[in-house]
Amino acid sequence: MANLALRDLVKTYDRTEVLHSINLDVKDGEFVVFVGPSGCGKSTTLRMIAGLEEVTSGTVEIGGQVVNNLEPKDRDIAMVFQNYAIYPHMTVRKNIAFGLRTSKMTRAQKEARIEEVAGILGMTEYLDRKPNQLSGGQRQRVAIGRAMVRDPAVFLFDEPLSNLDAQLRTQMRLEIKKLHRRVGSTIVFVTHDQVEAMTMADRIVIMKDGHIQQIGSPAEVYHAPANTFVAQFIGAPSMNLLEGRGTASGVTLWTGAALATGPKADGKALTIGIRPEDLHVVESGGVLSGVVSVAEPLGSETLVYVDVDGKEIIASASGRTPPAAGDRITLDLDVRNLHVFDAASGEALA
Amino acid sequence: MAIAEDIRIKPSSETLLRPDRPKPPRNYAQFIRWALLFLGGVLMVMPLVYMISTSLKYSFEVYNLNLIPEEPTLENYTYVLEDGRFYTWFLNSLIIATLTTISTLIFDSLVGYVLCKFKFRGRYLIFIAILSTLMIPTEMLVIPWYLMSQQLGWLDTYWGIMFPGLMTAFGVFLMKQFFETVPDDFLEAARIDGLNELQIWWSVAMPLVKPALAALAIFVFLGNWTAFIWPLIATTDTALYTLPVGLSSFGDEADVAWELIMTGAAISTLPTLVVFLIFQRFIIRGVVMAGLKG
Repeated sequence: MANLALRDLVKTYDRTEVLHSINLDVKDGEFVVFVGPSGCGKSTTLRMIAGLEEVTSGTVEIGGQVVNNLEPKDRDIAMVFQNYAIYPHMTVRKNIAFGLRTSKMTRAQKEARIEEVAGILGMTEYLDRKPNQLSGGQRQRVAIGRAMVRDPAVFLFDEPLSNLDAQLRTQMRLEIKKLHRRVGSTIVFVTHDQVEAMTMADRIVIMKDGHIQQIGSPAEVYHAPANTFVAQFIGAPSMNLLEGRGTASGVTLWTGAALATGPKADGKALTIGIRPEDLHVVESGGVLSGVVSVAEPLGSETLVYVDVDGKEIIASASGRTPPAAGDRITLDLDVRNLHVFDAASGEALA
Repeated sequence: MAIAEDIRIKPSSETLLRPDRPKPPRNYAQFIRWALLFLGGVLMVMPLVYMISTSLKYSFEVYNLNLIPEEPTLENYTYVLEDGRFYTWFLNSLIIATLTTISTLIFDSLVGYVLCKFKFRGRYLIFIAILSTLMIPTEMLVIPWYLMSQQLGWLDTYWGIMFPGLMTAFGVFLMKQFFETVPDDFLEAARIDGLNELQIWWSVAMPLVKPALAALAIFVFLGNWTAFIWPLIATTDTALYTLPVGLSSFGDEADVAWELIMTGAAISTLPTLVVFLIFQRFIIRGVVMAGLKG
């Protein structure tokens, strides 16, 4: 186990800078998830940590040592790939043992270690099978086993659950989290799925266009997004972003509704964020009123898409007595749950 | 399976309405396809059949085109097998074809792997340069090969016969294309696991392209086993003759002993058959493995 530090990390391809001065400290034993849309630079960052991509400038430190010039094998890391990367011509045992090829362990020690890892992952009975005799989830366990067997300082996961179906993904998510609790290793996990990020991470690093947008705990990035990108990226369905303007006493929405909240930014164009679950359907006295265009029943709740003065707003309604499409409804909100952003820069205003 | 049975049991509504309907035209098309395939098969097999047939004939019957000899004999086989030269030529061919096959498999896959998986300046240029040698016919290359062999003292040596076939442009091309199908994740995983580049090529990449290696092994072995022009030019010593060159020397200036040549050729097909049988299962297994991939 070890801490990991990225200092002013920059990556350039053919004079095009794709990663811009990334700075991050990952504590020993911490589970950090990089999340962002395709092409945001999260996998490139991970590959630079692994030593599979050259660092253009800046440093990668593992356990306090700068590893920029070290080969991947000398960095004391292990990586689990999206496509599992388990060798189809080898049995599960040989695949797991592959990570120990360069180890100085005796044969007996290696065997014991393989059995131990297989036991942790529940793969003992599959040790002599070939990968094509395993399910997707079992293959992913073998890939994790191959990484675990070396007991590395840092585990790197590159979208390892992307190829699994929804049910299996949920199950593996839980298993990886349990595994982290058990072995207590430092983990850097890359995903484009914000649900994975929210459920697994100690801290989330949200990236866009090669820049870190925000670093924080799942609760922080959800409840206090740094900008409109984070506000919309984290949470499903996305946060509603509404046009507004600052007044002396609070904000005025584009509908004319006045709300006493937020920073005093008199006359300034603002973006007001409100999560669907913070909007409540009320009989009377609400802030926003509109017609339901679509109702999506999810069982415990119903998502309603409401047309308010030409703008579509998503709200969460009761799952038992939901409004139907075509109904005119009124929505109320608690001003304490509003998020106020600068309309021009998209940055959150304190 | 159940669906297939359903389809078989239930006649279609069209069939029920018109029970006398003639067989659909696709059956004629199928017949023509089968007929063409049969014809192709006959064309392929005929030379082989004539080779066996001639090997069972006496010399006076060789120019009769009858398929079944009037007086079948195994005398030619006895003569060829009792002739000590045949074993020498057989061994020469075996050594040369085996060594060139091993060499080609190693070097072609190594070059193909590097050109496919390593990014370096000029790699496309090198690949195109290698490919362009495919455009030059062997007959044109024979003269420079000969001059080179003569100056380096390689004539009448195994090395002299083998060196042009130790690496092939076709093999490099084939292996490069196959390595394209090997995901980089496998190689990167091995790199993280501590293998050096040569170990990654040998332990990870090579087992994943076994079907290509098997196909290349068959092509190269057959090509070298049956090679005639260059071994004929590169050797004057009968003890170094390969089988095709040796067989062509049967007979004298006045007459060619076709029955003996055909007998030697018939025997010489056996190793190629063995090579094919050994390697074809890798090709089939490769196809099966590809089918199982998620």
